[in-house]
Amino acid sequence: MKHLRQLEDQSVYILREAYKHFDNLAMLWSMGKDSTVLLWLARKAFFGHVPFPLLHVDTSYKIPAMIEYRDRLAREWHLNLVVGQNKEALAAGMNHTLGRVTCCTALKTNGLKQLLEQKGYTGVILGVRADEEGTRAKERYFSPRDKHGDWDFRDQPPELWDQFKTTFPPGTHIRIHPLLDWTEINIWEYIKLENIPFIDLYLNKGDGTRYRSLGCAPCTTPIKSTASTVDDIIEELRHTTVAERSGRAQDEGRGMELLRKDGYM
Amino acid sequence: MSTATSSEHLNIVIVGHVDHGKSTLLGRLYADTGSLPDGKLEKVQAICRQQGKEFEYAFLFDAFLEEQEQGITIDTARTFFNWKGRQYIIIDAPGHKEFLKNMISGAARAEAALLLIDALEGVKEQSKKHGYLLSLLGVRQFAVVVNKMDLVGYRQDVFEGIEKEYREFLAQFGANPERIIPVSAKLGDNIANRSQAMAWYQGPTVLDALSAFKKEMVRSEQPLRFPVQDVYKFDARRILAGRITAGRLKIGDHLVFSPSNKRANIRTIEAFNIEPVLTSGEAGQSVGITLDEQIFVERGEIATHQERLPLVSTAFKANLFWLGKRPLEEGRRYLLRVVTKEVECEVAAIHRIIDTMDLSQQQGSKTVIRNQVAELTLRAKAPIAFDLSSSFEATGRFVLVDDYDIAGGGIVTEMIRDDQEVLREEARRRDFAWVKGEVGIEERAQQYGHRAAIVLITGGRHTGKSFLAKRLEARLVADGRHAYLLDGENLRRGLDADLAEGQRGQTMEMARRYGEVARLLADTGLIVVSTTNPFGLDYAEAAQSIKTLVHPTPVIAIHMSKLPEEPPANADIVFSGPADFDAATRRILDELKRRGVLAQAIGAKPTFQYSI
Repeated sequence: MKHLRQLEDQSVYILREAYKHFDNLAMLWSMGKDSTVLLWLARKAFFGHVPFPLLHVDTSYKIPAMIEYRDRLAREWHLNLVVGQNKEALAAGMNHTLGRVTCCTALKTNGLKQLLEQKGYTGVILGVRADEEGTRAKERYFSPRDKHGDWDFRDQPPELWDQFKTTFPPGTHIRIHPLLDWTEINIWEYIKLENIPFIDLYLNKGDGTRYRSLGCAPCTTPIKSTASTVDDIIEELRHTTVAERSGRAQDEGRGMELLRKDGYM
Repeated sequence: MSTATSSEHLNIVIVGHVDHGKSTLLGRLYADTGSLPDGKLEKVQAICRQQGKEFEYAFLFDAFLEEQEQGITIDTARTFFNWKGRQYIIIDAPGHKEFLKNMISGAARAEAALLLIDALEGVKEQSKKHGYLLSLLGVRQFAVVVNKMDLVGYRQDVFEGIEKEYREFLAQFGANPERIIPVSAKLGDNIANRSQAMAWYQGPTVLDALSAFKKEMVRSEQPLRFPVQDVYKFDARRILAGRITAGRLKIGDHLVFSPSNKRANIRTIEAFNIEPVLTSGEAGQSVGITLDEQIFVERGEIATHQERLPLVSTAFKANLFWLGKRPLEEGRRYLLRVVTKEVECEVAAIHRIIDTMDLSQQQGSKTVIRNQVAELTLRAKAPIAFDLSSSFEATGRFVLVDDYDIAGGGIVTEMIRDDQEVLREEARRRDFAWVKGEVGIEERAQQYGHRAAIVLITGGRHTGKSFLAKRLEARLVADGRHAYLLDGENLRRGLDADLAEGQRGQTMEMARRYGEVARLLADTGLIVVSTTNPFGLDYAEAAQSIKTLVHPTPVIAIHMSKLPEEPPANADIVFSGPADFDAATRRILDELKRRGVLAQAIGAKPTFQYSI
């Protein structure tokens, strides 16, 4: 438990730095396990309050149970929920059959960029973890994005001794990553420790499958699993050697590097 | 990637010269401990076959296309694996000198390090630089790994030659590796498994060395250091939030905040969703506390117990490494950050540049270029609380921000006593013994609708200081503020009457008395408007003494001059030439608002620091 509290202390410190330095700050919430833990950590950092809006980029292809869960927590926790959607792309018929990277870029990356532009957010908090996939392992806690929202991974700013990049030229913004040091299993251990409500799509409900990672319905497939409680999940993760995002189509090939360079989360 | 549950985690950084095999070592560690996800090895091998190049373990973690094409690591990657009940977060830092800032970002997070040296190439530039920087960054636990032993026929004499040379280099700055291990990362010798080819080596494998690293030294046993990160008032509670960097605190503790010298007792320790209620906190924890008294403290102050106060000064000597795109220059201003304190500073002197290749020193340089290490003196615009890095890690180090980026970092080696030290000590003793009534400063501010402040107008003769001061006082009172013109001439014939003619010329004593009177008036909640008239041309010196004595009351420094001239350092507003006094008055009122003396909502976020 001590190592979870250490992770929590670091994440809380980062969240408080973000809140101190950014007047126009928002947190991305996809209702998945990671961003929900992040939301919980914000309540930790600010003593039960969430003093910034939560953004959901709605692709319209999310699993319906996720939307119900989103609206319920927003009500119960008094969240300021802001939903964005790339309506133009959807009206033009964008979907995954046109190519996964194309669809993710249009509905998620561009949906997010539109939302940031409309609202003028200069700091965006995200729940990405270093152990998810290779390019995320190279992220900074405070990671600048240029005027086009692009990520210049070749020239990232120094970051040391809990001193972060909190100043930036006009027109650019900073992505803030408080969960970088957490692993998938840490997330579940913490959900258990704090008793955080999560979507039951992560559990096997009798058909021998569960979701390990949640995205859009067409591009996310469940894994074979008998885990029906948080304890089962933790036990399962202790023994698996299958990558967490193996059910996520966008990771295939060089998909993720290309997506993230252009500002994907 | 899967990771089993562990009770402990440890941050390890792998450093060393480019091409000495850091990423290969990492890939091998994962492969040999069964920590790779299913299919990862096969997938990367397949890509290599497709592209017609030989598979390397390094490709497992060099995620960027460009990194694989060039065969180098560009940026630090964090990866995770578990071994014998401990979770390791391994930071693979780039070795190419172009990416030193990335190496430093990685190493600054580490609790222990593996430093790689290529047996064939021997000790190279970055091997030395990284060794020196590890020491500067405070990473004291490390093992040296001599890699590519297969390329030198696993010869003991080659290994011993490198060991001797490198140990001698490290000894010059007191660094001492826990282990020096001969390996071949490519072939797996002495990584997870003991090498058959090097029977002459009896020491631990790399994996053994990792297990032997201890969890970071416990800082909880040190005296308390609690830098204030922020002050929240989301509900009825006024919470001081921050991370304890050393020592412990508990309910009832008497805290002193430096450099303001404010004091109060801890009433509660606040937390969300924690049962039972917390009564104490220790180093490493991000906590929130409430105080028994509503004192005004700000981000950047350091709370401690009264027995072990931090140092307070405007200047210190430091060892610094520079990562900025443009060189650091003597005389230039930068933003200095010590934990949560941010203040403008000037590079007062560059004493010497240290060449990390041979530790030779070069004097007389006026600039420090990228990737150099230097010994220098920094002078801050306002007094700050800090420690020497030899006694406290977190409060003994700092970064400099140039433009938008962190451009350098360093450790404090020596406090420099500035000319204000005597007065600062007087203020500290006086504040600690100050007898308070039942009305606090915040209650006065609420009643008056503004905070106390000092507006101090400096300048030469006949620049209109008195005229502006009178105009400002009248305007403030007309607006319903509680303001008072403190004219030095009024002290001269009263409070200063005992000073002999000769002493009267002594700016120091007059300024001291003046400062104490201003301090009293500020304690009554007034906005004190004053000029440096009685001090003649010694105004800059007098202004500094007054500032020290009234600290932490905000001082708005206005400088007036007829001709364009160099204004004193730290002037907030400069009026030159014949002034439009109405416009000048408005400009000062705006500054009072900006500084939070007069209430105003800043943006969408109300200021919680001081509720009016």
